[in-house]
Amino acid sequence: MENRIFRFLSIVVCAVIFFSPTSGCVSKSSQKDSKPALVIWHWMSDREDTLQQIAQQYETETGVKVEFQLFAPSEAYGNKVRASAQTDTLPDIYGILAETRDYASFIKAGFVEDLTPYMEANNALWKKQFFKKALSMDTFVKDNQFDVLPGIYGVPIDVTNIQFLYNKDLFAKAGLDTNKPPRTFEQFKAVAKKLKENNIQGLVSGWGEIWMINCLADNFAWNIMGQDKILATIKGEVPYTDPDWIKVFSLFDEMGKSGLLASGMITMVNKHAEQTFANQRAALAFNGSWCVNVYKGMNPDLNYGVFLPPKISDKYPVVVWGGAGSSFKVNAKSKHKEAAIKFLKWITEKKQQIFLSKETHNLPSNRNALSNLSPHLKQFASAMKNTVHPSQLPNSEYPRVIETMGKGIQLIIIGQQTPEELAQKMQKIKEQEMKRSEKYNKK
Amino acid sequence: MRISSIYKIKNGLGKFVAYTILIFVALACIFPLFWMFGSALKTQSTVFSDFSLFPKHMHWENFTIAWTKAHFGMYFFNSVLYTVITVGGLVFFSTMAAFAFSRLDFPFKNALFLMFVCMMMIPLPGQFVALYVLLTKLHLVNTRIGYILPQIDAGQALAIFILKTFFDNIPRDLEDSARIDGCNKWGIYWHLAFPLAKPAIAVVIIFNCLAVWNEYLLAMLVFSDKSLMPLPRGLMVFQGTHMTEYALLMAGVSITVIPIILVYLVMQKYIISGITAGALKG
Amino acid sequence: MKPKSENKINISKVMDLTTSYLFILPALVIFLLFGLYPFTQVFWLSVHNWDGIALSKVFVGLRNFIEIFSDGPWWNSMCHAAYIALLALIFQNALALILALLVDKDIRGGNIFRVIFYLPPVLSGIVVGLIWGWIYDGNYGLLNHWLGFLGLEHLARAWLSDPKTSLTCIAVIHMWKGFGWGFVILLAGLQGIPRALYEAAEVDGAGMWQKFVNVTIPMMIPVFVLVMIMTILGTMQIFDIIAATTNGGPGYATEVPVTRILASMQGASRFGYACTQAVVFGVILLIVSLTQLRISKKMKQV
Repeated sequence: MENRIFRFLSIVVCAVIFFSPTSGCVSKSSQKDSKPALVIWHWMSDREDTLQQIAQQYETETGVKVEFQLFAPSEAYGNKVRASAQTDTLPDIYGILAETRDYASFIKAGFVEDLTPYMEANNALWKKQFFKKALSMDTFVKDNQFDVLPGIYGVPIDVTNIQFLYNKDLFAKAGLDTNKPPRTFEQFKAVAKKLKENNIQGLVSGWGEIWMINCLADNFAWNIMGQDKILATIKGEVPYTDPDWIKVFSLFDEMGKSGLLASGMITMVNKHAEQTFANQRAALAFNGSWCVNVYKGMNPDLNYGVFLPPKISDKYPVVVWGGAGSSFKVNAKSKHKEAAIKFLKWITEKKQQIFLSKETHNLPSNRNALSNLSPHLKQFASAMKNTVHPSQLPNSEYPRVIETMGKGIQLIIIGQQTPEELAQKMQKIKEQEMKRSEKYNKK
Repeated sequence: MRISSIYKIKNGLGKFVAYTILIFVALACIFPLFWMFGSALKTQSTVFSDFSLFPKHMHWENFTIAWTKAHFGMYFFNSVLYTVITVGGLVFFSTMAAFAFSRLDFPFKNALFLMFVCMMMIPLPGQFVALYVLLTKLHLVNTRIGYILPQIDAGQALAIFILKTFFDNIPRDLEDSARIDGCNKWGIYWHLAFPLAKPAIAVVIIFNCLAVWNEYLLAMLVFSDKSLMPLPRGLMVFQGTHMTEYALLMAGVSITVIPIILVYLVMQKYIISGITAGALKG
Repeated sequence: MKPKSENKINISKVMDLTTSYLFILPALVIFLLFGLYPFTQVFWLSVHNWDGIALSKVFVGLRNFIEIFSDGPWWNSMCHAAYIALLALIFQNALALILALLVDKDIRGGNIFRVIFYLPPVLSGIVVGLIWGWIYDGNYGLLNHWLGFLGLEHLARAWLSDPKTSLTCIAVIHMWKGFGWGFVILLAGLQGIPRALYEAAEVDGAGMWQKFVNVTIPMMIPVFVLVMIMTILGTMQIFDIIAATTNGGPGYATEVPVTRILASMQGASRFGYACTQAVVFGVILLIVSLTQLRISKKMKQV
């Protein structure tokens, strides 16, 4: 019996060693026969079915075959794109899931087509149909730090922004006005107090993921000191020890002390935060527009509203993080460049945008496609005019400084660090990084 | 199943303690499995709101939905194929190599062995670019063999290490008597060492089956054709960047776990039947 | 006559060596191709400044290696992994050994237990993250609930968000998920001990404890070393559990080498430096493992 299994195994192995190279070749050559005209790599596993439908639709309309290929999760997708760049085997259309720095590197290596001429053609017909802010992440402005030629390098297929949400039922339970979410930080703290008195958990968010903390910190910073001063800080002209920055950090200190934040929030992954809010175990959430779909799945009866971050100062407007949700780039080395651009034009047309947003419950990037949105998504859509994103600035902060900020705020929230300590630490690291990059650039 | 008893616990207290430990640990191990299975029978809206281990309304259809929605049929075939070939190849190559490192003498033996040991140490991140460039040069991108060979490599260093440890334990006199009987090196390997190392081989099979069965990072790198990808690709459908369909995901995960447990069930017999059974046949 | 026979010996010797090399040939070829080549590439990249995308790489010599010495978070993360490894070496392996010994003997239900103990390694990371997240949760967590039940409310906390407890909590998850590996190997090792040795000891009138000390332990030393090295390797490369629970937080409290390497590679776009970290990491692991092997060899000789 035992020997039989081992004998069987050995036969299988031998057979396979002989046959597998050929089988590999067979599958390769058969693939060549039916090679699709356009290959698109995407990472949006939850939209796979919808994208396949879109591809089919395009083929029936134009006769051009489009193949969406999914690589997920995003970590695997990132690996695939980077590795393919090294062997020059990127597909016709793909996405770059990385910071501006990496995006710029892809452009400089010649992997991304500049779409400005197409966007500006016919009186900027294509460009105009997008939300104004939708293109900001794909736009490189003049004199940017990365020496990328100014232009638009990507096409967003949806937009997103990150705001606060509140549970109306829990607000009612705590005796709060369900139609008046807090607008200022003082009101925000008053809400926290009320919730705490009624033993209701306050705010949940995925602050274990650093970018979500930094997102709120950026909102505050924009509101307190405005874009110019933030840019000056990034350029190294204003230190992080500036009172305005310390004010930003101290807001988190206040939030931590007020008991507003749900326990365990600083190591919470966003999916856990979404479960908590959807199941009415927390009254407030800080989350992106994708959450509408998530909450709908987990608790269709959830009664909630959307509101902007609380106002800190009157000097500058209240903003939210946002812009393109997912955007595609055209491979500048592709043989089917024109066809690829045509397809991206088609997918951002009103009809397809409505279809996509209906099927995937995301905000369309085409601002004329808002007709069928759910009330919650409409609220998110109306905030698109308030969106900002660090990548719209010509300069980017060093990744180490950004990391220090997110992690430092985590520590501030649990009282392990003071805002002043964090400011000093960030400034120190900032100076180190500036020195280091100077050294490299000289070389 | 026959197990020779070495230690006999005679007094009742000892038995009580032993069983308490066993049952306590067993509960801690089995609970997540029940939870996973129970969640697979719930819906997206009840997974995190209904705390009963098994819900009142069992949604058995989740299993069929998961199976069809994730195209499990195709991916199952691929995964079985990759697992059998990779682990099969790995077992033969690494037993041969471990046998040589343990039983034979040749120049550079220790240096070569050290090289294999070094391979276990360097962590994977960072290697993927070089690996992809290599596979492209060899025209192995998007082929089954291009997925199998790197995985054999990933598993064999540890396998050789485990197997050598066990080969070292085989008594010399058994080998000598085989040699007197006229066995050459291949004979000793095939008729003596291989059967005697069955427990260790079973361990290697168990470990590597699990690793290959769950592998997806390499698959995403090597393949672009959906039809060549393994099972975890199917599960990805339920885990979006933002949206996770928990009930279906749990149903899918429950399905994928079954073959691995089966492999373990079969293989643990070889661990237990151990050296005595092998020696009799050798 | 004479030269001919010498020739014969030479030929047979060459043949003999060739067969010996044939045994390692398949493994070696695969290794050279898919192991050594990427391995050398990692080394090569570790002396470059490269973002992982650009077509050109800037040679920086040993600058990355000099930089790593003053990389505080990196060495912190090494310490964290070492701490988890230490806990795993002691508790995880002790548990694995006790269970293997218990199941190795003639016990009712041994089969069922053997299967159950291997379940945690089989479980997918998502399930592990969800279950343990729920156990450790600050408000609705099982652990706090039990503590309340035992009258120890004052100990209740958000276990993963408290820098004092987060790393140990991660270690507990890791050990729970990992002891099944050690259990399987130790079981195989115990089964590999010839039963005749025990019978001989019994004839000499040895009791349970004497049999354990005089037969089991000496025979198991190589397997112990194997399990220890595997524990260290497996634990130092811990990543999945952290990604599913804390993401390295709060602050840097649960950062481990792999999260740092990924942070350099993806977050900071410093592929070259990430490779430097990988090399340094590998060298340290190698030194630890080789030292262990040395010690075990010495022990065997004694």
